[in-house]
Amino acid sequence: MSFLLILEQTLNGLQFGVMLFLIAAGLTLVLGIMNLVNLAHGSLYMVGAFVCAWVSVETDSFLLGLAAALPATALVASVVELLVVRRLYSRDHLDQVLATFGLILFFNEATKMIWGARPLRLDPPDFLSGTVELLPGAPYPAFRLAVILVGLAVALGLFLLVTRTRLGMLIRAGASNREMVSALGVDIDRLYTVVFALGAALTALAGAMAGPIYSVEIGMGESVLIPVFVVIVIGGIGSIRGAFVAALLVGLTFVWGRAFLPGLFGLVLEPSTASTLGSAISAMAIYILMAAVLIWRPRGLFPPHG
Amino acid sequence: MKLRMTALAAATLAALPFAAGAPAQAADPVKIGMITTLSGGGSGLGIDIRDGFLLAVEEGGGQLGGVPVEVLVEDDARKPDVATEIANRMVERDEVDIMTGIVWSNLAIAVVPKVTREGVFYISPNAGPSLLAGRGCHENYFNVAWQNDNLHEAMGQYVQDQGFETAYILAPNYPAGQDALAGFKRYYKGEIVGEVYTQLGQTDYAAELAALRDADPDAVFFFLPGGMGISFIKQYDQAGLNGEIPLFGPAFSFDQGILGAVGDAALGVVNSSQWNKDIDNAANKNFVEGFRKAYGRLPSLYASQGYDAAKLIASALAKTGGVGDRDAFRAALEAADFESTRGAFRFNSNHHPIQTIYVREVVKEGEVLTNRIVGTAFEEHGDAYAEECSM
Repeated sequence: MSFLLILEQTLNGLQFGVMLFLIAAGLTLVLGIMNLVNLAHGSLYMVGAFVCAWVSVETDSFLLGLAAALPATALVASVVELLVVRRLYSRDHLDQVLATFGLILFFNEATKMIWGARPLRLDPPDFLSGTVELLPGAPYPAFRLAVILVGLAVALGLFLLVTRTRLGMLIRAGASNREMVSALGVDIDRLYTVVFALGAALTALAGAMAGPIYSVEIGMGESVLIPVFVVIVIGGIGSIRGAFVAALLVGLTFVWGRAFLPGLFGLVLEPSTASTLGSAISAMAIYILMAAVLIWRPRGLFPPHG
Repeated sequence: MKLRMTALAAATLAALPFAAGAPAQAADPVKIGMITTLSGGGSGLGIDIRDGFLLAVEEGGGQLGGVPVEVLVEDDARKPDVATEIANRMVERDEVDIMTGIVWSNLAIAVVPKVTREGVFYISPNAGPSLLAGRGCHENYFNVAWQNDNLHEAMGQYVQDQGFETAYILAPNYPAGQDALAGFKRYYKGEIVGEVYTQLGQTDYAAELAALRDADPDAVFFFLPGGMGISFIKQYDQAGLNGEIPLFGPAFSFDQGILGAVGDAALGVVNSSQWNKDIDNAANKNFVEGFRKAYGRLPSLYASQGYDAAKLIASALAKTGGVGDRDAFRAALEAADFESTRGAFRFNSNHHPIQTIYVREVVKEGEVLTNRIVGTAFEEHGDAYAEECSM
């Protein structure tokens, strides 16, 4: 187990973590402020990836695709918020789960009608398609490195937005005490739409950046939603800071578990048992992490006050 | 009360001529129930199977083997419980004679034993789990594609023949994944320097790729169907491993429906398949042309399997004229007297194919990525489970 391998796996964990953070940020705000369980959040991730892939192929430019994906997804999200989601805020969680599950089916079928059932192609831009030699003998995919940097930059920007601006103040207030915010005369409907669209744009960014690494296909947002829910539960619902810390924790646990557990078990067990046991435990690792955090802090790491 | 009794009697009398009359099958179309995946993830596969099957029906003008057929198509959304429910409805309410269409092994295991027990014929256009080929085989079950292990076995043989001394192998941790690696190891005799089971549905392979590079094998074999494979190949390329360590896999990750999404990262990869669009025979030429004309895209492996399933049914119906005589129809299916798109084809004792498995390479024809046959891994290849099947 060389130092280089540990470094590379740590970068992999960070990259997966920032991706989770971009998706989780919107979801945790929507759940924390509007008290809405939005299962269709993953569908917005899919919309972002599809728009980016489509525009990239048409214009031959990944950056244009990325630039188109964010506003397009925010627009789709605003329409969905106005037409469907708005009616769900006052309903109980079961109704919300049912309705947003319906939205998943709607988005999957609509995507198929527009772009067909076959997965789409999305390549990284040429200047990020190779590898970067971080240290001698440790090539690392340039695109993944870019994802880490963009993710960290967006996290910083979001942190400033939430702590330093009027909108951020309203968002924090909304997460802590919704009734008080509306009682103070804030246009809560507009705030909700803005937060929903902002969350969608962040998710679209994650989807567009995931496209060149993963596959742009129907249903791609559903599998990613499970670790994202784990992230927001660990971080504390409604907390951006919590989502960031939890996303990195989950990302690192996810990658380190798969990378190192089989080897660790191999020290005491025979290889085939170690491999099977290692991959089984690493599949459970993020849930074990979540259970441990919840025993220690039942409301997550950084619950908003209120 | 009296009135009702009279009405009942009249109704019974009215129904009698049909009940007692001659078998009406000459006029009734043969009912074929197709359960396949048409929505959600993996729907590309089911759509291709359906389109291939319906192409054959259309070529016959709504008939297969000169017998009118009615095809009922339903979407299982890749869920075993949905598939089971549709199967029950098709058997009990619609009274289908033949069923087909299922893409995934776990769905096939849930549906096939039940419907074949009820006397329905099931023609699998894709899934071929070892259970249904071995101890769980059934006289009414036929697989026109392959037994699950076949393409992996072929890749094992090829990697062995090419003289690679060490191999690193990965597959998802579920029955078909374990079958895949077992199939590869059945024919590859070199040293396995890493055997990794990933999670089903996993999309990020960074951890596995870093470990893979560290292990420094001569060859890599992977079985990751659908989106998992697209992610893996792209990440393999982005990690700079493409061209450094040769990559091998079954056709599923290099099929026509997927290559467009993988892009140039797949160029030059060698994969195993029982079919390719350049196999030189009249049936295949006719199929590739007809498919392209009807649907405006190149056919995939799955489309060829759906087409062959329909052609197999057609060959049996042409001999028997219907499904009324089950034994005659079964014997006609066993004969497999049809022009398969892949050329020579016959059934093993367990109703699974004995066929040639080719080795293909991903190439570019103009701007389109596709496959070209570069060799043969097996001729007349059967499966390892036929001996366990007693029927």
